[in-house]
Amino acid sequence: MSAVSSSIGQRPRGDKVRGTLFYILLLISVAVGFILLFTLIVDVVQKGIGYIDPLFFTEPNNPTNPQEAGAKPAILGTIYLMVLLLIFVVPIGVGTAIYLEEYADRERWYNRLLELNIQNLAAVPSIVYGILGLAFLVRGLGLGRVLLAGALILTLLVLPTVIVAAREAIRAVPDSIRQGAFALGATQWQVVSRQVLPAAIPGIATGSILALARAIGETAPLLLVGALTYVTVNPSLFGSFTALPVQIYQWIARPQEEFRYLAAAGIMVLLAILLTMNAFAIWLRNRYQRRW
Amino acid sequence: MPDMESAPAAPARIAGMDEKILTERREAVSSTRRDVLFDVADLTVSYSDVPALKNVSLEIYKNFVTAFIGPSGCGKSTFIRCFNRMNDLIPTASVDGKILYHGTDLYGNEVDSVEVRKRIGMVFQKPNPFPKSIYDNIAFGPRVLGWKKDLDDRVERALRDAALWDEVKNRLKASAYSLSGGQQQRLCIARCLAVEPDVLLMDEPASALDPISTTAIEDLMHQLKREYTIVIVTHNMQQAARVADMTAFFSVEVDEEKDHRTGILVEYDETPTIFTNPGDKRTEDYVTGRFG
Repeated sequence: MSAVSSSIGQRPRGDKVRGTLFYILLLISVAVGFILLFTLIVDVVQKGIGYIDPLFFTEPNNPTNPQEAGAKPAILGTIYLMVLLLIFVVPIGVGTAIYLEEYADRERWYNRLLELNIQNLAAVPSIVYGILGLAFLVRGLGLGRVLLAGALILTLLVLPTVIVAAREAIRAVPDSIRQGAFALGATQWQVVSRQVLPAAIPGIATGSILALARAIGETAPLLLVGALTYVTVNPSLFGSFTALPVQIYQWIARPQEEFRYLAAAGIMVLLAILLTMNAFAIWLRNRYQRRW
Repeated sequence: MPDMESAPAAPARIAGMDEKILTERREAVSSTRRDVLFDVADLTVSYSDVPALKNVSLEIYKNFVTAFIGPSGCGKSTFIRCFNRMNDLIPTASVDGKILYHGTDLYGNEVDSVEVRKRIGMVFQKPNPFPKSIYDNIAFGPRVLGWKKDLDDRVERALRDAALWDEVKNRLKASAYSLSGGQQQRLCIARCLAVEPDVLLMDEPASALDPISTTAIEDLMHQLKREYTIVIVTHNMQQAARVADMTAFFSVEVDEEKDHRTGILVEYDETPTIFTNPGDKRTEDYVTGRFG
């Protein structure tokens, strides 16, 4: 016991230095992310703030006069996509999650295959979904380059994320609650619909919103299924459409400087939508946080 | 090792079992009419083909409190879960043998586990209220069974029978989690009573509770056995001695070669006999505290 003196005093010097070094490293990692994001936001706001005016929300794009160009079809397109996505992805995602968590027998090979596939699908690049959409929805089914095709392909894109989030929420419901319900003579369906699902809804909602937020920022798959960059009419289910990220992408590609500012304004609107959705997700999570 | 036959002080070994009470209890138990409610014949329960409980046969009488005692791993919880087919929920579990209930085999092909659980309620070791209001906790069972008439009366009656009404009548809409542990457990008992079962199974219902709550639950059992048949698993021998009319002692058989531990029924008799004059050496060792 010679290394440790019996009196309480200073820690060994080496320990202290290592601890401080590690702390500084951690601070740097945080700073890198934070500073980059902050710079980006400041830059975007500086450029775009001047173009955030009523015209931006009421006018369609104007390829010749950036002063009069707006993003109304794009903003509407993004909202329509969100609503359609929600309608498609939540029932399918939650249904799959319920099957996998509550009904599937994990001993069966096909259930394990299903699980493996879902996990892999979550990691597939979004452009691949775009190609699938082009080949299968637009050409194969003959849907054409329409809003519905865009919504369907985004559904496929975020479905794995929603499934994973919903499964986690369902798994977080303690087994004792299922047992209690079963012991009262409830059927499997009653246990799921009256106990497990209500208890899991906050988690499911939070996960779905975050997945949705990811989807509305997507550009690549939408470009492939035909989100046009120049649309002056408001979107409809079976009509051509555009969306905010696509519009931003198109503006940035223009040579005139003003269009870049317009793009910055578009980014601000997109960021505002995303931040609102994330804030709502966090609020939901805190509001319904459960203590079992 | 004192000679058992000449040990007159034996009855005093168990707290709460003085000679007078014992005599009264012995007379009460032996004079009560015995109607067989459950007839267990050669029951073996296995998990993944490893037997957890082997060749158990016993009869459980109507309006009796029957206790299962024994060391950890002796299969008493596994056994009690056979009576309402909760083991069905474990995919690897398999049950051989028969449990006749009113003459019908609970494991017969034509018997639905949901129907079994409607008649045979269960209270678990850890209070497991649903994440709902006190009222909705009680109303869940009746609602599941489609009993929508006079729900308020039914809830009140269940809470009164579980000796909880006076404590919660002014806050039926409050969350069940706002109750203390002892109150939560009585809520779980009330929840069972609301579906008017025949039998109450209790798997160590007081092991997570403080002594005062434990007394409340034990008093409740004395009340409830007038209308219900109660089967209880307990670690606490004093508890078994206080509440049970009949007691079954289970022990563990270790198979060194295969590293299996299998529960067996050692002795089943009137409670006073088990605690003062057991017929088996292993029971004697256990109830006098000489067991491992």
